[in-house]
Amino acid sequence: MSDAEIIPIGTRGRPGRGTGKAPSSAARSLAGGSGGGAGSKGTSGRPAQRRTSEEEAAEPTESDQTPAAASETPVPERPAARTRDRHAGGIPAADLMAAFQVAAREVFGEEWEVQLARFLAFLRRRVTGSYVVDEYGFDQEITQRFFMAALRPIAQKWFRIEVRGIENIPTDGGALVVSNHSGTVPVDGLMTMVSIHDHAGRYLRPLGADLVFRLPIVSTMARKGGATLACNEDAERMLRGGELVGVWPEGFKGIGKPYAERYKLQRFGRGGFVSAAIRTGVPIVPLSVVGAEEIYPLVGNLPGLARILGVPYIPITPTFPLLGPLGLVPLPSKWLLEFGEPIRTDEYDGGAADDPMLVFNVTDQVRETIQQTLYTLLMERESVFR
Amino acid sequence: MGDGQPEAELGKVVLVTGVSRDLGRTFARSLAGDPGVDRVIGVDVVPPRGDVGDVSFVRADIRNPVIAKVIAKEDVDTVVHMSVIATPGTAGGRNTMKELNVIGTMQLLAACQRATSLQHLVVKSTTTVYGASNRDPAMFTEDMQPRRAPRSGYAKDVAEIESYVRGFARRRPDVRVTTLRCANVLGPAVVSPLTSYLRLPVVPTVIGYDARLQVLHEQDLYGVLQHAVREEVAGTFNVAGDGILMLSQALRRLQRPTVPMPGFAVGRMGNLLRQARVADFSPEQLAFLTYGRGVDTTRMRTQLGFEPTMTTAEAFADFATTLTPTGGRAERVLATLSQALPDPDEPVLEAVAGPEGAEQATGPRAVPAHGAPGGAEHE
Repeated sequence: MSDAEIIPIGTRGRPGRGTGKAPSSAARSLAGGSGGGAGSKGTSGRPAQRRTSEEEAAEPTESDQTPAAASETPVPERPAARTRDRHAGGIPAADLMAAFQVAAREVFGEEWEVQLARFLAFLRRRVTGSYVVDEYGFDQEITQRFFMAALRPIAQKWFRIEVRGIENIPTDGGALVVSNHSGTVPVDGLMTMVSIHDHAGRYLRPLGADLVFRLPIVSTMARKGGATLACNEDAERMLRGGELVGVWPEGFKGIGKPYAERYKLQRFGRGGFVSAAIRTGVPIVPLSVVGAEEIYPLVGNLPGLARILGVPYIPITPTFPLLGPLGLVPLPSKWLLEFGEPIRTDEYDGGAADDPMLVFNVTDQVRETIQQTLYTLLMERESVFR
Repeated sequence: MGDGQPEAELGKVVLVTGVSRDLGRTFARSLAGDPGVDRVIGVDVVPPRGDVGDVSFVRADIRNPVIAKVIAKEDVDTVVHMSVIATPGTAGGRNTMKELNVIGTMQLLAACQRATSLQHLVVKSTTTVYGASNRDPAMFTEDMQPRRAPRSGYAKDVAEIESYVRGFARRRPDVRVTTLRCANVLGPAVVSPLTSYLRLPVVPTVIGYDARLQVLHEQDLYGVLQHAVREEVAGTFNVAGDGILMLSQALRRLQRPTVPMPGFAVGRMGNLLRQARVADFSPEQLAFLTYGRGVDTTRMRTQLGFEPTMTTAEAFADFATTLTPTGGRAERVLATLSQALPDPDEPVLEAVAGPEGAEQATGPRAVPAHGAPGGAEHE
């Protein structure tokens, strides 16, 4: 086949592709002027004829666009792309930079340089460790930037939390938020934290059981998020320091109760939170949370396995072991958070904290307030999910 | 002997135990320079490793009654007990360590009880007595007990020593007894289980836990001991620098790469390092590195009247100056990146519309400079 005559189609022996020196046939016909190429359009009769006849007439208009059109090998407006050009350095650096800028503008908005630099400064602070934690290990920066940002969509979109009575939280100074506890997993604590942060602009410092601080990863996150151990020493220390402290006196009895007993408050510990509040003279803000009971309806328990693992209970919910990890997704119940009127403790004298009768009375008062508010909220609620 | 001054009742005669090790020796030397102190007698089983200056060294074992003769003969009125060791180290095994710590203290206190000239006793204890567990309060005050009584090791030794000291205080109410529970001492020259752990080129950490650390700078240790000798305030005091650093944060400031591993593996690794004499790793250190510990220093300020010169963050920064960073690559990458970016915002963020120069100055800063901003904003 090597000696076979090659009949080029439509280009009269000249290759149709541009080679660098010579333009391609398409470019030739565009540029015009070159005699050989002009009449080459044999396949399409009409333009070829017109070109041969009106060559002189067409030339001036086209030469306006391409000044070098009259020369033997006219230079087109853009030089033909060469293979070497195309593959030499990948995407040119300028293009990369432009793309990066566009992307940065997309992500960070108009002031992307400032935003990015701010983010970079944050990263550097984290990497060099030049941030501050308080004596409980509370890392405000990571809490605000990470924990709260991660929890906020869950609170707003998933549980659609409605907060009432936020004005009952003092704007500054120590206060003790006492809440009911439910939901198998202490999600209600996290949701309370993010709701108080978003609505009252304060950080809630939760008091956690010692199990929280025994578990790896959970303990680290709890300390960074502002939690500390639920003991009188820490509670009083935090309250004296003017912190907003959150406590769930029902403890594991509350979150681990069966679904059938939902919204029935359990025993309120031994009233330690009341004596801490009386000793420090801070108000007690009762908080009633409706909706958390339904996120993981606890229908069963594995006490034997729980004892082996050293945890208070192993929950069985309608979805949990059945659907595997999918069962960990909480049901999207509608939540109501109502902060009640603060119960003042500053009128009691210091010795009152050691009067068990008084402490029990105040404990009952707080418990009754929360229980009554729970009933009221349940009456108002249309359904679990609405 | 001494400064050649007549032995008047003006100046104190101080006996310091445990001067063979660096902390004891340096403290004894600095105490000898104190104008209120006439003479300093250093006692230890082995001669000190370095220069003791004006301190007169007596080679005596506090584990046998010879010490009583030294106290009587030299007319000692103040005893500073620093001979409590955290690890067996070169002393031998755990038995030797326990003997040095507990029997040594018993003998010393027995000798003190007999010595009529004695008026002051200062004991350097440690915050290790509080232990470290998940049930700890955030900050231990002096009245608090450890949540679990220590069953072995250094913590048990210290608990026993403190109980002997309390017994002594009951039997000799005329003697002023000051117990200083010092946090872990950190300093460029300090050799301790904690410092040798931090000096490891790659630091093993307990996975999933981040301990809260509170330390005392070496200089402040000397300062508080000297203060206790001079001021004659009786009682038990926590002594520590202000503020808390998380272990992860401290290691980042020291530019140490970390290897998170399970707790038992860290303990086993510590044992290996100890056997290889690479690092002095004590068993109770594992709990400390898992849960950490903080102590309340209100009483140190109000009653003892001592103010540490350095915070925890500053002590770490000072410690970092002598350390060759083995990590910090990520930081360098970020630093280059932030320099490449024309970013005039960092001063704007912190100060009021600062010029670009401030940002440029913070760019290529060295290790101690990282600690400084953290130290400046301590609480």
